[in-house]
Amino acid sequence: MSELTLTVMRLGFLAVLWLFVIVAVQVIRSDLFGTRVTQRAVRRGDDRSRPPQQRQQDRPAPRQQQAAPRPRRGAPTKLVVAEGSLAGTTVALQGQTITLGRAHDSTIVLDDDYASSRHARIYPDRDGQWIVEDLGSTNGTYLDRNRLTTPTPVPLGAPIRIGKTVIELRK
Amino acid sequence: MSTSNTTITSIGAPNRRNTELALLVFAVAIPVFAYANVGLAKNNSVPAGLLGYGLGLGALAGIAHLLVRKFAPYADPLMLPIATLLNGLGLVLIWRLDQEPRLGKAMAPNQLLWSTLGVALFVAVLVFLKDHRILQRYTYISMFLSLALLVAPVFFPAVYGARIWITLPGIGSLQPGEFAKIIITVFFAGYLMVKRDALALASRRFMGLYLPRGRDLGPILVIWAMSMLILVFETDLGTSLLFFGLFVIMLYVATERTSWIVFGLLLSAGGAAVVGSAEPHVKVRVQDWLHPLKLAANGGVTETAQSMYAFGSGGLFGSGLGQGYSRLIGGIAPKSDYILATVGEELGLAGLMAVLLLYALLIERGIRTALAARDPFGKLLAIGLSGAFALQVFVVAGGVTGLIPLTGMTMPFLAQGGSSVIANWALVAILLRISDTARRPAPSPAPSPDAEATQVVRSQ
Repeated sequence: MSELTLTVMRLGFLAVLWLFVIVAVQVIRSDLFGTRVTQRAVRRGDDRSRPPQQRQQDRPAPRQQQAAPRPRRGAPTKLVVAEGSLAGTTVALQGQTITLGRAHDSTIVLDDDYASSRHARIYPDRDGQWIVEDLGSTNGTYLDRNRLTTPTPVPLGAPIRIGKTVIELRK
Repeated sequence: MSTSNTTITSIGAPNRRNTELALLVFAVAIPVFAYANVGLAKNNSVPAGLLGYGLGLGALAGIAHLLVRKFAPYADPLMLPIATLLNGLGLVLIWRLDQEPRLGKAMAPNQLLWSTLGVALFVAVLVFLKDHRILQRYTYISMFLSLALLVAPVFFPAVYGARIWITLPGIGSLQPGEFAKIIITVFFAGYLMVKRDALALASRRFMGLYLPRGRDLGPILVIWAMSMLILVFETDLGTSLLFFGLFVIMLYVATERTSWIVFGLLLSAGGAAVVGSAEPHVKVRVQDWLHPLKLAANGGVTETAQSMYAFGSGGLFGSGLGQGYSRLIGGIAPKSDYILATVGEELGLAGLMAVLLLYALLIERGIRTALAARDPFGKLLAIGLSGAFALQVFVVAGGVTGLIPLTGMTMPFLAQGGSSVIANWALVAILLRISDTARRPAPSPAPSPDAEATQVVRSQ
């Protein structure tokens, strides 16, 4: 076999080997984007780029809007975790009950030292108004500053506090 | 992404089976190319078995792929192609070394047989192990089984100075340590999952480190003593390092306490120093490592030096497949322990780095699986298996390149050795099973029973 052919094959083989490695890394990259669809990482990035005060500031606006005409008009479409270790997580509100707690079968699994395993649930009543109910948790569920004792309607944008986690309903 | 509830489970990755298929075609084509290359360089002709070999490897990969499609549809797309590529490359390299009459009888046909058995075991694990959590039931059984496997070689004669083989008359020899590696990971995962809170929480802070209580040091000391016993009685540094390192890695992952790593390093350094200066077989290896260019006891050049010459003569781009002189690596194991030296000589630094990156990618996918796994047992099992794999690659590559004293372990998939190939295919199958569970889109949450039992009574 001529020297030239062998040299071409030798370098060609190395090139092919490296091509495989590069393709494999590309697959990993597309995989990363696949999981980024989950919005959690994206939201977190957004939140970090804005100072927290700003987030606090633009929160009251929808609440005032919503306060006067009670249900329908400003029906929330999603539940957003605003603070805590799960910050940025969103769940679409589609009429299903959302359970919160440390139990693994909760809709939102709270990784929070102050949360009980079945801490609270958020569900729509017959009129479509979303209600938050504390499920007998140890450290309580707070809507704004008030500890919940009975199932309470949740206004749009009102912070629901569970330990260090803050949850809001948003449009 | 049917409902946006999946946001919480952080699973959005689609089923990647077609990617896997494309990569697999690539992974089969590369060894076939290498095979042709070796034939052209050695015999001036394309080897006669090229088509058969290519089809055989392709059929193995194809069967594995189809069964993954059926039984683990959401599994990681990279592990199977990388394992196939490494195994195929290994086969070519062994066949290439078979072309040297000086190196004894041909090993490649046997290795092909072992690889087939390995893929069969891979398939069997995928088909029969429906859920990796089943393994959790066998925590303590696997402890006894792995101990038995580890202890068994002591009763068989030493081969090349290390007692790591079981010789079965008529069948051949078996390296039980390779299988013990997987089984003991099951035990560690099951044990640490239960005990990790005690090991993580009860501690005092001292100089920035969380020091565990004295009585919690028990398990690490037991494993350490066991690995020291392996070192003394089986005179095998690799196995001993693998098991102790595996335990320390899993302990660290389970408890998040850096202090375990510090303890582990101190204990293994102390133990290795004592045994390395006392045990003659280990002592020779350590001497070879410290002074590779000194003449060996028999007046020849040490193997460490020979493998270093091989790397040096390979240079940046290597001499080309089939054109190196790795037949000159004397001694016992150019096809198993020193196969990396052949890679280094014939493919050069560029090829060696690519091969090491393939290992790194496989390990990365294993660790990624551990991160994505939702149950603690699966997490620990995945990290343990990829950790064991990583340690083995490190121990072998480090030994051959002269970073650490050489030990008698085999490069997973690449090196000649039946037990190693079979065990590592099983290891990849378990990782694929965990990753299938981890990447499977979560089912939409079932309506809570509480919601129906509890009626909301509004007083207004």
